Amino acid sequence: MTTAPAGRGAFDAHRPPERDLLDDCVHCGFCLPTCPTYQLWGEEMDSPRGRIYLMNLAEKGEIGLQGPFHEHIDRCLGCMACVTACPSGVQYDRLLESVRPQLERNVERSRGDRLFRNAIFALFPYKRRLRAAALPGALYQRLRGVPAVRRLAARLPGRLGALESLLPPVNVREAFATLPAHTPAVGERRARVALLSGCVQDVFFHRVNEATVRVLAAEGCDVLVPRDQVCCGALELHAGREDPALGRARRTIETFERLDVDHLVTNVAGCGSSMKEYAHLLADDPEWVERARVFSARVRDVHEVLADLLDDGGPRAPRHPFRGRVAYHDACHLGHAQRVRTQPRAVLRSIPELELVELPEAELCCGSAGIYNLVAPEAAAQLGERKAANVRSVGPTVVVTANPGCLLQIGRHLGTDLPLLHPMQLLDASIRGTAVPVR
Amino acid sequence: MALDKTIHSAFARATGPENVIDDPVRCRAYECDGLTGYRVVPDLVLLPRDAAAVAAAVRVCAEHGVAFVARGAGTGLSGGALPVADGVVISLSRLRRILEIDPVNRRAVIEPGVTNLEITAAAAPHGLYYAPDPSSQQVCTIGGNVAENSGGAHCLKYGFTTNHVLATEVVLPDGSIVTFGGDSPEQAGPDLRGVFVGSEGTLGITTKITVRLLPTPETVRTLLADFPSIGAAGDVVSDIVAAGIVPAAVEMMDTLAIEAAEQAVHAGYTVGVAAALVVELDGPVEECEVQFDQVKRICDRHGCTRLHIAGSAEERAAIWRGRKAAFAAVGRISPDYFVQDGVVPRTRLGEVLDRIAAMGKAAGLRVANVFHAGDGNLHPLVLYNAAAGETERAERLSAQIAELCVELGGSLSGEHGIGTDKACSMPKMFSRDDLAVMQRVRDAFDPDGLCNPGKVLPTPRLCGERPGPYRPHPLEEAGVIERL
Repeated sequence: MTTAPAGRGAFDAHRPPERDLLDDCVHCGFCLPTCPTYQLWGEEMDSPRGRIYLMNLAEKGEIGLQGPFHEHIDRCLGCMACVTACPSGVQYDRLLESVRPQLERNVERSRGDRLFRNAIFALFPYKRRLRAAALPGALYQRLRGVPAVRRLAARLPGRLGALESLLPPVNVREAFATLPAHTPAVGERRARVALLSGCVQDVFFHRVNEATVRVLAAEGCDVLVPRDQVCCGALELHAGREDPALGRARRTIETFERLDVDHLVTNVAGCGSSMKEYAHLLADDPEWVERARVFSARVRDVHEVLADLLDDGGPRAPRHPFRGRVAYHDACHLGHAQRVRTQPRAVLRSIPELELVELPEAELCCGSAGIYNLVAPEAAAQLGERKAANVRSVGPTVVVTANPGCLLQIGRHLGTDLPLLHPMQLLDASIRGTAVPVR
Repeated sequence: MALDKTIHSAFARATGPENVIDDPVRCRAYECDGLTGYRVVPDLVLLPRDAAAVAAAVRVCAEHGVAFVARGAGTGLSGGALPVADGVVISLSRLRRILEIDPVNRRAVIEPGVTNLEITAAAAPHGLYYAPDPSSQQVCTIGGNVAENSGGAHCLKYGFTTNHVLATEVVLPDGSIVTFGGDSPEQAGPDLRGVFVGSEGTLGITTKITVRLLPTPETVRTLLADFPSIGAAGDVVSDIVAAGIVPAAVEMMDTLAIEAAEQAVHAGYTVGVAAALVVELDGPVEECEVQFDQVKRICDRHGCTRLHIAGSAEERAAIWRGRKAAFAAVGRISPDYFVQDGVVPRTRLGEVLDRIAAMGKAAGLRVANVFHAGDGNLHPLVLYNAAAGETERAERLSAQIAELCVELGGSLSGEHGIGTDKACSMPKMFSRDDLAVMQRVRDAFDPDGLCNPGKVLPTPRLCGERPGPYRPHPLEEAGVIERL
């Protein structure tokens, strides 16, 4: 047996993890306390330090990809809390980004696992299919009131059970609604932006998109929503499905690059994180590298745009006060991956009388992590319970977080008594002086 | 020769099969701790969930003559948790409950896998904290702290781990469970608690610890001062102590360490300056204010080029983040490095630093210095590039620095322990008789030599050849023996 000419150790030649990046880890262990899987199991192989150690061994050809290595990389949520915690500047995000596609290419998954994953990726990145699924979903949710159906649902095996219980309340009208292609700024224009409407976001959280557009317009932004946009590829990228993810990245670049706007805005942490990565992802593609660089440089999370506007002239739209304690949960792909932490807080504080409270163990992932709560439901449920307990411990009146995955996951474990919103919904209610919604 | 199947199943019965790792690939993740130069793959890793399971596992070891090594978070810097070939690692990472916080008596009872910082977090609502603060406090565990008698920046004023442990429950190498110490600070009879704390895992495994908690100081003042030379900064330290001030912490960093820390955390350190001091005072407001002014005047007198006073809790935290991340941050300016840990009498700080600089120059290697200046505890970091074949040279320089500390009337280790790393240097500090007495104490606890063997005390095998990647034994090099 020989390996491909430029392959390194157990890895093939296409983007193996870089030796320099592996060498950055000095094995100090500062990442252990913030790693969700180490918190759950206390095993070295399920910590960032241990995973890098195994990557190292694989890169040297001392261990293979199949078996334990594959398992422990699969168990990583990709939350990137370790990147925040690392004093040595280890780029675990880059390492994982190169290792996951290696596993997808070179390791055979069991038939059941493969089919389940294929099903996920045949559904989630497609708005139309999600809408089609939303119809029986809505019907099912009515049926869920029937005891016999509930009993049947309780007997679904692990992964299907997770899918069933994560199903958000489906509103058929909302699922099929579309955002206006152009919303003019209220008053004098301060910026021109294009919004990525997202897939899951637009079908299950259309109200968040509507709120985002209203807030941006109220703050003086012209908002464009291109109709021909596709999924940005984030879910596939984070799961190591490199080729389809890159295809979507190219189409997304094509759609947005021709627009004459200041910023490309997203209100989804996971999408923003991957769009900011396009430049790196397409670095090997001479035709696309420059276009990707220009694209990524224009991407902003909606909170970054609003915080800049606040700094530069203050709030345009008057806010109605909100008297209550608001717990802000940092979505991993916003806080850890994009390092956007102060901006959402600044934006929330622009609401008069709002009391912002911090969560204990704020750095710890809620267990959503892209498709993690679908493929590893038990671990995700434990993390979800822990997050919910931490949220309850600070006694908030409202919980906000800027990612649909977190909203679904935390919602599942928190129950329905506490309002759980995207920050844009709260800000929108404050600007319009309407009642704060529950979901 | 690996352990046979019957022994494997005995361990599985002792801890529950779901708490045993026997896959060789997974076991490799445990082959080293924070000191990666030494590596040995254990035969099994056990992750017991309570003290009874730890005792059961140790009884299996005793019965079958299997060597065992306890492990906390694996952050140790002296190779104290290095596994033993054909032995087992007993990881305490699943014993992580905080059993009791007793605010009235100011103590906490915790399991060994709880991190140092978690104790303070749990005590904080009661206005209390746990004082010893190793730089790795966010990750290192109290069990490891007890084993190593860990220190930290604030040990200058508050003392080391041993000054804060009231009692510890221990699984002895025969599998029995005993308690050393008790709820009251003074116990009758020989101080076995004192013998156990700092024994580096060679006398047994701690499974429950009662620690003292202190009231959070009324106020804390922190300053960061830059100096044009290490000597000037050293003089400031001497003058602070001479003035009768007992600071909570006095830390010094040199140019290289400052550069690394600033790159890592952007805490406002001045890059390029020769030396920086972090001085912290705590206590009653009035006392702090008066002494803080004195410290500022002392700094000015010695040519301080910039004095930054932390104006908020965030700024203070940033200064400490820089200092505490310094070791790991050195990874940003050098591909590889050794962290050294030695002590010299405070009055000889200037001298030892000059000699370290000269030794570094002679060896052609850079040495960064981060240290607890107040108590003369040095942490020279020897920077090298393994890929360029500098490892052996760096190792030699690192050992020479530790031995220099002894020569100047200090100690081989201030807080990281002897472990694997410095066992062979022990005869530089202790006589044959000293070592023989230590061995007898150890034999009294562990007559069969199963409990973390090969650590602390020098052995002919250890000091002749090293575990880890193959390198020729000295006798092999001399042509006396050959490897089969």
